[in-house]
Amino acid sequence: MGLNEKPLSTLHEKSSYNLDDFSVPTGREEKWRFTPLSRLKGLHDGTAEVTGQVVTQAYTPAGVSAEWVGRDDARVGQAYAPTDRVSAQAYNAFEKALVVTVPKEAVPAEPIQIELRGGGTAGVAYGHIVVKVEPMAEAVVVLDHQGSAVYADNVEFVVGDGATLKVVSLQDWADDAVHVSQHHAQLAKDATFRSFVVTLGGDLVRLSPSVSYTGQGGDADLSGVYFVDAGQHLEHRLLVDHSTPNCKSHVDYRGALQGEDAHAVWIGDVIIRVEAEGTDTYELNRNLILTDGARADSVPNLEILTGEVAGAGHASTSGRLDDEHLFYLQARGIPADQARRLVIRGFLGQLVDKISVPELRERVLAKIEAELEK
Amino acid sequence: MSTLEIRELQVSVADKEILKGVNLTVRAGETHAIMGPNGSGKSTLAYAIAGHPKYTITGGQVLLDGVDLLELSVDERARAGLFLAMQYPVEVPGVSVSNFLRSAVTAVRGEAPKLREFSKDLKNGMDALAIDPAFATRNVNEGFSGGEKKRHEILQLELLKPKIAVLDETDSGLDVDALRVVSEGVNRFRASGETGVLLITHYTRILRYVKPDFVHVFSAGKIVEEGGPELADKLEAEGYEAYTKASA
Ligand SMILES: Nc1ncnc2c1ncn2[C@@H]1O[C@H](COP(=O)(O)OP(=O)(O)OP(=O)(O)O)[C@@H](O)[C@H]1O
Ligand SMILES: [Mg+2]
Repeated sequence: MGLNEKPLSTLHEKSSYNLDDFSVPTGREEKWRFTPLSRLKGLHDGTAEVTGQVVTQAYTPAGVSAEWVGRDDARVGQAYAPTDRVSAQAYNAFEKALVVTVPKEAVPAEPIQIELRGGGTAGVAYGHIVVKVEPMAEAVVVLDHQGSAVYADNVEFVVGDGATLKVVSLQDWADDAVHVSQHHAQLAKDATFRSFVVTLGGDLVRLSPSVSYTGQGGDADLSGVYFVDAGQHLEHRLLVDHSTPNCKSHVDYRGALQGEDAHAVWIGDVIIRVEAEGTDTYELNRNLILTDGARADSVPNLEILTGEVAGAGHASTSGRLDDEHLFYLQARGIPADQARRLVIRGFLGQLVDKISVPELRERVLAKIEAELEK
Repeated sequence: MSTLEIRELQVSVADKEILKGVNLTVRAGETHAIMGPNGSGKSTLAYAIAGHPKYTITGGQVLLDGVDLLELSVDERARAGLFLAMQYPVEVPGVSVSNFLRSAVTAVRGEAPKLREFSKDLKNGMDALAIDPAFATRNVNEGFSGGEKKRHEILQLELLKPKIAVLDETDSGLDVDALRVVSEGVNRFRASGETGVLLITHYTRILRYVKPDFVHVFSAGKIVEEGGPELADKLEAEGYEAYTKASA
């Protein structure tokens, strides 16, 4: 089915629905070497008791359907097969999947809100969500994660011919939450996908947004901002798999880190396969290290297997706040801590400006603001 | 009435001594011009007074109305009434001009201005300096031309109303029209007679619009000659050669 039959690249080794196809990670694997496995609370090795709860509710505007379906529903697992142990674990353990469908040519007036509320960290919970945007439809989806949980899930975004899907995913968890999540988008011909990820809360968040294309003309833009405080591990692993000609991808993730053992990981894998001529891709990660003791690992990987690309590039920077910026603001009377906040908000805010829905943009800015005030 | 007193100021950068004992007093109502060749330490003086972290004070004092500015942080100095218009204003990505100016005015006044009042002041200030209103939504100095940056500095001067303003080559890079507009801004600032200006420049051009009361010649980290406005004309005619030779 789909992905698992593609020619293998070194960046994308395998995918399978079968848990036994993935051995329990030890931490030495390339995929797991940055993740503190001991803090996964058993999500990766099958020791976790599935007694946790994450209450998921979908609020859909007129014309959009949301259904809870069984594991055997044909729409589940259609666009995505798990690519690591935790994803496979979640795939094999969830009870019901949420399937949201935006019918052909529909343009709902309001965003589709999916709220996920953790009910504590005693026991783990698994989930599965499918968002299907049928041809020529246009939709906005908000995934809003709050509360405490140990949660692993897979989210499939299936974007039809000429359709547009904009997703904002807020990881606004409580301090003790653990969340391992796969967001896979499958883009049909001329489909447009916009993803904006905001990760602020949680003890450990490992979010893996990935994109595949089934037709020409697909256009994916993946943005993210994260703010890592002392002790937090926030990891984003992106994979864009260009396997059809003339598609685009643009990745821009920015984060700020402060405090002892604040740890950010960003992996940006882009594969341009032999058949993906005319691909245009760029990926960027920037980290602002605000204090000693914080660490950012940033690893862009661009694997180009064809000679005919329209554009391909990547960049990664990690650095301190610029003294000249702070001096300029302070020289106008603005106190040092406020000057810092202005510069950090500016750094992250420039990316937030890409969110085209004003109320969502405001909401994301307010979250960042609240984080900075902490 | 305010007074800025610079006494025996010695400053080094990267362990290199740049200022070698500068003495200068600027009183409210006075305009002092500092002129001197490239690299003589004029910007060093300006930045050191403002508290830029790159500069190390190795001796001397800078007093604003008796308060030692050197004991204060950068923002405290600004709130005490010091303003520095920079030779090379800094671009601050992601921070809009209006947000920046509102934050600065709030900090300096100690309370947030009424939104309507602030908008009016900002609009009037921008009009007077022929700054396009669209600049309010742009990021601070980002992509501004040299002249636009300088006008933006003077806009801040007029909004923040400091006691003492240090203007570091605010005239450089301006065409004749912009020079006139900027000079008018400085003159509005001076008009109350309650503010002092320390104007650093290479050229006498701006001094035709902003008349100085005193002119100081700076060379190799020191003031080497002082006089009235006529000294500027002499410098214009003869250049700095006499002073650079003398100090070498
Ligand atoms: N980081 C540094 N390391 C060493 N020397 C420095 C450093 N920064 C500045 N200087 C030196 O300090 C001296 C004074 O520089 P300053 O900028 O104060 O001169 P200026 O009079 O303002 O010159 P200009 O007319 O070109 O603006 C120069 O010789 C300059 O090279
Ligand atoms: Mg200078």
